[in-house]
Amino acid sequence: MNELTGTGVSPGVGFGPAFVLNWEPPVPEPGAGHGGDAEAERARAERALADVAADLEARGARVGGEAREILNAQALMARDPGLATGVAGLIDAGASAARAVYEAFGAYRAMLAGAGGYLGARVADLDDVRDRAIAVLDGRPPPGPPASRDALDGPPGPYVLVARDLAPADTAALSPDVVAAFVTEEGGPTSHTAILARALGVPAVVACPGAASIAAGTPLLVDGAAGTVRPAPPDADVAAALGIAAGREAALAAVTGPGATADGHPVPLLANIGGPDDVEAALAHGAEGVGLFRTEFLFLGRSAAPGEREQEEAYLAVLDAFPGGRVIVRALDAGADKPLAFLPPPRPEPNPALGERGLRLLRAHPGILETQLRALARAAARSRADLQVMAPMVATAEEAAWFAAACREAGLPSAGVMIEVPSAAVRAADLAAEADFFSVGTNDLAQYTLAADRQVGALTGLQDPWQPVLLDLVGLAVAGAAERGRPCGVCGEAAGDPALACVLVGIGVTSLSMAAPALPAVRAALARHSREECVLAAAAAVTAGSPYEARAAARANLPGLAELGL
Amino acid sequence: MTQRQVTVEAEVGLHARPAATFVQTAAKAPLDITIAKGSGKPVNAKSILSVLSLDVRKGDIVVIAAEGDGADEILDRLAEIASAP
Repeated sequence: MNELTGTGVSPGVGFGPAFVLNWEPPVPEPGAGHGGDAEAERARAERALADVAADLEARGARVGGEAREILNAQALMARDPGLATGVAGLIDAGASAARAVYEAFGAYRAMLAGAGGYLGARVADLDDVRDRAIAVLDGRPPPGPPASRDALDGPPGPYVLVARDLAPADTAALSPDVVAAFVTEEGGPTSHTAILARALGVPAVVACPGAASIAAGTPLLVDGAAGTVRPAPPDADVAAALGIAAGREAALAAVTGPGATADGHPVPLLANIGGPDDVEAALAHGAEGVGLFRTEFLFLGRSAAPGEREQEEAYLAVLDAFPGGRVIVRALDAGADKPLAFLPPPRPEPNPALGERGLRLLRAHPGILETQLRALARAAARSRADLQVMAPMVATAEEAAWFAAACREAGLPSAGVMIEVPSAAVRAADLAAEADFFSVGTNDLAQYTLAADRQVGALTGLQDPWQPVLLDLVGLAVAGAAERGRPCGVCGEAAGDPALACVLVGIGVTSLSMAAPALPAVRAALARHSREECVLAAAAAVTAGSPYEARAAARANLPGLAELGL
Repeated sequence: MTQRQVTVEAEVGLHARPAATFVQTAAKAPLDITIAKGSGKPVNAKSILSVLSLDVRKGDIVVIAAEGDGADEILDRLAEIASAP
């Protein structure tokens, strides 16, 4: 059998014998009726749907996390009042409970399938609820994959679960010890198989034609990044594929502790978070603190501004996770594109990115900033974390001075500014005279420097964080900060690219903040290179003529990246 | 009839978690509650399948309506859920 190709939706390499889950869900015959007691039949249907809902909720409660949400959403489908009305009507018209369930689901199924995209992918969830309910009515509950390897014949070790499609209820309870990979004939990148595989850290290939005809027990080598499935591969290929994957994982996992270059130059590695819910992932990936705490979650979608106490508790929940660590909070960053319901509606702005946003909006409504800064000061007083506050969308030294004064007024010791506007980078020395630190937001800096709207997909080439001009501006910000002895970090997407992170350190950036999952690779990349190598890589990138050349030139000076498989 | 008109702000629209939270909150209220997309046909706000079928995306406007004691309170909560980012 030849190699099969599908869509890789969860990276990693897995190898094991195929366990083929073959369950043909029962389809009640059209016209199947009940014995005449409609009331009893309705009760039977209600009980079956309630049983399925309870079973899904129980499975969700056992596993928790994302799987629980998915299973609870399925349970909501089983408990849907509109569906129940449809089922009862069909039974009253003479249909058997099973046939009524089948047809009542069918009406919604057609609507979801017709919408395609994300909703189309929910059809599989809906079908699973329907099939489970019909199976309960038939007295034949559906089989699931074995939850332990002991139940199977053959050599020990995890198996590759192969199916036409997988239901969340089946996959949620599995662990990487039991399952080496998932392969499905159907499904897509937003299917729940994909989401749960990523949550479990199990490689997965979906939308893989031919998967359903794989024979049980066939050894399979699955590459969840490339999207390939190789039946009965030679031993040497298996060893090589597993070796590369294990080597990369081990290399990344082996580097722990605070961020530093190979020669010991410290570079604190921090996480970008959007609220207390993100703290767990930040800690799990070894964040030393928070470099960008976005506070919009407290304000958006509210009919009244959040009170000082409510804000204080939310800030404290984050601060308490990093005793002794640094937490940089960004003051509310709203604008015409993210309006606040409790403020007068903004005047229409033809170009919100250049409008009254960020610090400009806070200056127009100083009461909001005052409350936020007071809440932050109160939280800081109750915590052992090092709280710093920074302003978004600062263009001039005068704005930086205004914000710093507001922070001092509130009793906050450290007030910084984001460097997102080219004017702020070019006149960084002036801003550094007013602000205690800088944090470069590379995404907005790219948008404003290259005049390329972030929301316009056709302009992504101009948004490339490797644009050499962005490196120039980061260099200006670093130099301006250094004149006053101020630190200058980066908290944009650029900081999470292992090669670019090394370049930024070479330019003189003092800390890096990124989405938590990017931390291990950046930590490992820095640990492989000396500060000198980072400086050379930066010099090569800055003199390049294009983003492509800058990337290539930097990588040529960073030999450790290839060793790490990055 | 009391109603609220809000713009859906969540990236995923009124799907996934926002849809589940919305429906669960509506289901707890002892009132009939409907939701419509724009000027479309109102559907039962307690039915996850009906709410999903509206296919409400980020930026869409929805109209949530109820009648009776406590309508204002529950509509405020549902409007907040529907407009949360």
